Amino acid sequence: MTHNELPLFYVFNFYLFGLVAIVSALAFVTRRSPVAAAMWLVSVMFSLAAMYVMLDAQFIGTMQVLVYAGAIMVVFLFVIMLLNLGHASELADARGLWWKLAGGGASLALLAQIFAVTRAKLPEAFLLPENTIANQVTRDGAIAPLAGPLFHEYLLAFEVTSVLLLAAVVGAVVLGKRKERAHAR
Amino acid sequence: MIPMPALLEIAGPTTEPGFGVWLVATIVKMIIVFTLYMLGAALFTLAERKISAWMQDRHGPNRVGKGWLQPIADGVKNFVKEETYPDAANLPLFILAPMLSFIPALVTWAVIPFAAPWGSRWGIIEMVLAPMPVGFLFILALSSVGIYGIVIAGWASNNKYALLGSIRSSAQMVSYEIAMGMSTIPVLLLAGNVSMSKIVNQQAFETWNVLNLTVAFFIFLIAAFAETNRLPFDLPEAESELITGYHTEYSAMKFSLFFIAEYCNMLTASALMATLFFGGWDIPFTLWDNVAPHTGLKTLLTLGAFTTKTLFFVFFFMWIRWTLPRFRYDQLMSLGWKFLLPLALGYIVAVSGTVVTLDALGFARGSVPFHTGLILLNLAAVVILFNIVDRGRLISPAFSRLNTRDLDKLRAVSAPHRAPRVPESGD
Repeated sequence: MTHNELPLFYVFNFYLFGLVAIVSALAFVTRRSPVAAAMWLVSVMFSLAAMYVMLDAQFIGTMQVLVYAGAIMVVFLFVIMLLNLGHASELADARGLWWKLAGGGASLALLAQIFAVTRAKLPEAFLLPENTIANQVTRDGAIAPLAGPLFHEYLLAFEVTSVLLLAAVVGAVVLGKRKERAHAR
Repeated sequence: MIPMPALLEIAGPTTEPGFGVWLVATIVKMIIVFTLYMLGAALFTLAERKISAWMQDRHGPNRVGKGWLQPIADGVKNFVKEETYPDAANLPLFILAPMLSFIPALVTWAVIPFAAPWGSRWGIIEMVLAPMPVGFLFILALSSVGIYGIVIAGWASNNKYALLGSIRSSAQMVSYEIAMGMSTIPVLLLAGNVSMSKIVNQQAFETWNVLNLTVAFFIFLIAAFAETNRLPFDLPEAESELITGYHTEYSAMKFSLFFIAEYCNMLTASALMATLFFGGWDIPFTLWDNVAPHTGLKTLLTLGAFTTKTLFFVFFFMWIRWTLPRFRYDQLMSLGWKFLLPLALGYIVAVSGTVVTLDALGFARGSVPFHTGLILLNLAAVVILFNIVDRGRLISPAFSRLNTRDLDKLRAVSAPHRAPRVPESGD
């Protein structure tokens, strides 16, 4: 079933998940309990995944759930529970009036940027013919169109990115080791 | 041998049904699958008790309707029982947790193909609720989401045993998820696709993956036990140390929902093993069921084949539960990280190397030499793993006897203040 046959279905789901995402995101930044906030963030990620799927980007949508909701947030929850964090207000980075105002200003600027981008007209060269992606998915499967460029044309960039991740892992190990040594003394 | 694409066209749908037919068919399929699934989960609670009774040489439930109505009696009992809420619990999350553990297990069924497509007079109807092109990844994603139910249940209860259970389970499930995901990469390598129906088709026209990828199947099997929190990996609810772990504070239907979720997870894992490694709905030794015309008879028979395979694995889950003792926590972690994960990674390299070699030698996929090569690799790997590397130490500690030296080592770990046992003569 392509979505182009179902404009109502498409529009309905877009607004449904969009609303869920925005409400969850608001709840995420306003909840005091860290665990509740984390669960609201999971809800945001699910709504985003649903939107990706509606844009025929099933792979990205599934990865959104698999990586962010399924792996990263679980580890977050794990840490929150282990540290038994109390109230977010004591831990927040942005304390005090000026920080809050700065945060509000930054979010307003981002909102303005989104409005500007959505109003802008895309150059013709960026627009794909109708049903391109849906046809690609039926022909090559959902992953091949993504895997082709990633592992052929942009292989070097991809591998270099993985070195970045490796650096992060090494950093984590170093930090963990240092703590252990400090305790031993 | 005919190349894959040509075969897939024979097997693939010929006429797409219209939108109305698709909608009605999907709703009907959903209702049927949901009903059967819930009925199955209820009957599995009975099956588990009957099988455990059989294994322990006793009768098991035999009062309510000769035992057959016991699940209904349990259900009614759970609905009319009082719901208790701990004072210090986080109420919204406390209520959310059972749902979170139950829903992912249920939704996973959307992408598992359970029978051959049915060529009805309204067009070909796929016997899968949502034929997603990324079906397999969808399953992995949902299985990783299933952790939330347990984690949140333990945290929201505000009970130390529940919290310990849930922390254990999140560590366990995150660890084994990696091994599980890695063990399925060879399956995807052979299928060349992540759509579940393509994986089933590939196995139907070539060889079942359990022969092609035996080691991957063993890793998946072990990881599935850990993911479903079943014995020997049920550390999240280890009764002897944690009361019952994450659902200590739950009562009535909420408690029951965790159990239903466990059985649903078990059923889903069984269906996955049948689909990924045992050809899904494929009837072995014949291609009759995989090619057009798609009659209703074929659909029914393949549904039977799929059910048989799935129920076998459900039985296998119960069989293991009443056979093996629980792992210790460090054993569990070292099995996952130090054995299964490196094994899975090495196996990916071995399989992809073999496939590339066989391709370079000019053997087509699906040809006899190609699969003979893969099967030989697996035979060698299984012999090396179970007979030479392992020798009954890690994979089957319950079945082999420890020698005295290993026993002393274990005693030194559990009671280091005691002197090591002096070996007696003739020991």
